[in-house]
Amino acid sequence: MNGRIARVLLSTQYAYMLEYRAEIALWALSGVLPFIMLGVWSQAEAASSLGLDRIQLGRYFLAGFVVRQFTLAWVVFAFEEDALQGRLSPYLLQPLHPLWRYLAAHLAEQATRLPFVAAIAATFFLLQPETFALAAPQRLLLALLATWLAFALNFLLQSSIACLCFWSERASALERLLLIPFLFLSGLVAPLEAYPPAMRQLAYATPFPYMIHFPAQLLAGGPVAVAAGFRAMLGWLLLLLPLCLLLWRTGVRRYTAMGA
Amino acid sequence: MGGAASEWLRYLRTLRRFWGTALASQMEYQLNLLVELVAMAGNLAGSAFLLSLFFGPGQRLGGWRWEEALVVLGIYTLLDGIATSLLRPNLGQIVTHVQQGTLDFVLLKPIDSQFWLSTRTFSPAGLPEIVVGLALVGWAAARAGGSFSPTSLAQAILMLLASVVILYSLWFVLATTSIWFVKTWNSTEVLRAALAAGRYPVSAYPAGLRSFFTVVLPVAFLTTVPAEAILGRASSRWVVSSLLVAAMSLLFSRLFWRLALRSYTSASS
Repeated sequence: MNGRIARVLLSTQYAYMLEYRAEIALWALSGVLPFIMLGVWSQAEAASSLGLDRIQLGRYFLAGFVVRQFTLAWVVFAFEEDALQGRLSPYLLQPLHPLWRYLAAHLAEQATRLPFVAAIAATFFLLQPETFALAAPQRLLLALLATWLAFALNFLLQSSIACLCFWSERASALERLLLIPFLFLSGLVAPLEAYPPAMRQLAYATPFPYMIHFPAQLLAGGPVAVAAGFRAMLGWLLLLLPLCLLLWRTGVRRYTAMGA
Repeated sequence: MGGAASEWLRYLRTLRRFWGTALASQMEYQLNLLVELVAMAGNLAGSAFLLSLFFGPGQRLGGWRWEEALVVLGIYTLLDGIATSLLRPNLGQIVTHVQQGTLDFVLLKPIDSQFWLSTRTFSPAGLPEIVVGLALVGWAAARAGGSFSPTSLAQAILMLLASVVILYSLWFVLATTSIWFVKTWNSTEVLRAALAAGRYPVSAYPAGLRSFFTVVLPVAFLTTVPAEAILGRASSRWVVSSLLVAAMSLLFSRLFWRLALRSYTSASS
């Protein structure tokens, strides 16, 4: 994909997403779960015995919220709709892999989301000024990189599931089921440090902690094994990328357009 | 009097028809039910695990013991099942009716339009949650030493009904706004996300959030008050306020629907 196509694709998708800014604002707002969990954790007797300090908890859950906002992927839904409406066939004829189109849509949606997330974060700091701190620049860069990689992980995982739509119309059920281990193992509802060791080990054997917990701890300035985290992320990416491309290639061969 | 009774019967008969046909058509998709079962089990196990993190030896959450907090989780599961079975499939259709102009046909039917829109279909997807939620409530309440005397049982059922009415009214009012703004259907996602706060007793939150969840978004009346009634320790002040909130929100949903219909000009005009 050359630069010109990328520019055109991104700018058209951005214009398109701007039309949907009301919805996107509501979606951003529907990610409030980390703040609810912060409410419970900040008051819990268990927090102090687990060594979780209140300010650090505030930073962690805010970072978790931000990371979630910029790593969300919805390929399955977009793909399912395109396949159902028959838009997929013209996309397949174009000399551009359709996944690039979805990727551009996601990036454009993130750009639309940015002001809303910034407003929510600013409100959070106004309500809890003691949690405000600027991360060191190199830490911030690492957090940014980790968030991008987390998005790539999410995107590839979703795209692989979307490819399964070529075989079964129920593939979106798989996405629904995957959301459950994600919810409880990613660190969105509790810092993984609060989990019993066995549970933590189980979580780290899955890609989910790298989707929220790892980038969020980097952003919040919490304790985290930087090199090991990035190594694991790269490992998962190297596993998912070929899998996704393979599923796509074999899936397209099975594809018969709607109505055919 | 006889007229009113036969009117009630007519609505009950209609309801049985609605849900009977919905169930019959949904039973065609048994795989979906399996997915729902797995999702329910996973969600409940995860929520219970998460809740257990707050209970180290001798620890409480907002003054609630582990079994008592499980009652709250059980009620949340039950309500979530009701939302999946009734609220989402029915109220989600309002926006479609508005977009496609089929709301006109609903308004022409010789039956109350709010009733028709709220009860037209039933999805068995929420049934596992309803059953398991009820079972969890009963089991945890028994372990927590709740008294199952007729009066406290009646009070518990009354509080549960009130919480269902409040939940329904919240959903219905949000869904009704789509008559003016089609995009507001997405705000039910925000509602759903915020209601997740009902997984924990309201006393577990800091003071500011606690008043927010009582006065602005009545999460406290959805799960905490019924749980206290089931545990036989609801104060009469809370019971009365819960009934009042339920009655007022139902009335408000009714008036709001009338107001919305007044400004509804069908799609073709």
